[in-house]
Amino acid sequence: MTGVRVLIRPKAGILDPQGQAVERALPALGFEGVSDVRVGRMVELEASDPTRIAELCERLLANPLIEDYEVVVTDDSAR
Amino acid sequence: MRFGVVRFPGSCDEVDALLACRRFADAELLWHGDRSLGGVDAVVIPGGFSYGDYLRVGAIARFSPIMAAVAAFARDGGPVLGICNGFQVLCEADLLPGALLPNTGLRFLCRQVDLTVDHADSPFTRALAPGDILSLPVKHGAGRFYAPDDDLRGLEENNQVALRYALGENPNGSLNDIAGVTNAAGNVLGLMPHPEHAAHPLSGSTDGGRLLQSAAHACASNARAVA
Repeated sequence: MTGVRVLIRPKAGILDPQGQAVERALPALGFEGVSDVRVGRMVELEASDPTRIAELCERLLANPLIEDYEVVVTDDSAR
Repeated sequence: MRFGVVRFPGSCDEVDALLACRRFADAELLWHGDRSLGGVDAVVIPGGFSYGDYLRVGAIARFSPIMAAVAAFARDGGPVLGICNGFQVLCEADLLPGALLPNTGLRFLCRQVDLTVDHADSPFTRALAPGDILSLPVKHGAGRFYAPDDDLRGLEENNQVALRYALGENPNGSLNDIAGVTNAAGNVLGLMPHPEHAAHPLSGSTDGGRLLQSAAHACASNARAVA
């Protein structure tokens, strides 16, 4: 099995109101100088056939029209 | 003429849609696990939270067994109406262009809005005229219509924008005030507002009924043309 982490984020240029809300909350907590906050999603999974991860991302985990994704292999040790 | 209203786990507007359709034609519920549409003349994908809207709105429902039949029906020119979550499902299924993102205000909205009819070529709008104003309720958390610049230009040029929020009424940050779009062929319409909640006089507006009545008429005249 291969351990995989998929990072999914809103495409550049798409308004991310969730990121904006987080950014606006920070100064009230004393965190100054933080900008360009974007909120995405992370999916962890284990796959027996990691060659199909990209297809799985394109078809379900991300919507390529609005989201970019990045696949990170976290553990490809054979078990 | 018979409407089929698809029920997914997590749908919540399918009964209102069924009863609204029955004001103008026959209508039956279709189960998401079925692989056939049972010979209906028009399909309604209703609002709700199909499969809990886990992952993304509409993302999982598009893989329901019945969606292959809906896609084939749409490809053959059959009238398909996606309302709210149904619109989101049809976008995810690539039967409609664009995507629905969380409202810019991040709040779930529930209110009556005015819409203007922009292009009236779909079976659901044929009985209306460009410029007509409709009063329909919206109730959604993710209704912000988005399409990349080039796609958006294409939609406008191909007259695929069926409905827009009236001036100053855009509740969710939708690009170009878009409330409803069709596919390129015009037989599939998706909209965020709820025509099924505005079909009976008791609901204050009956403007939503006009969309269903329009489809009922379009199917009936097609049938006459074939006969």
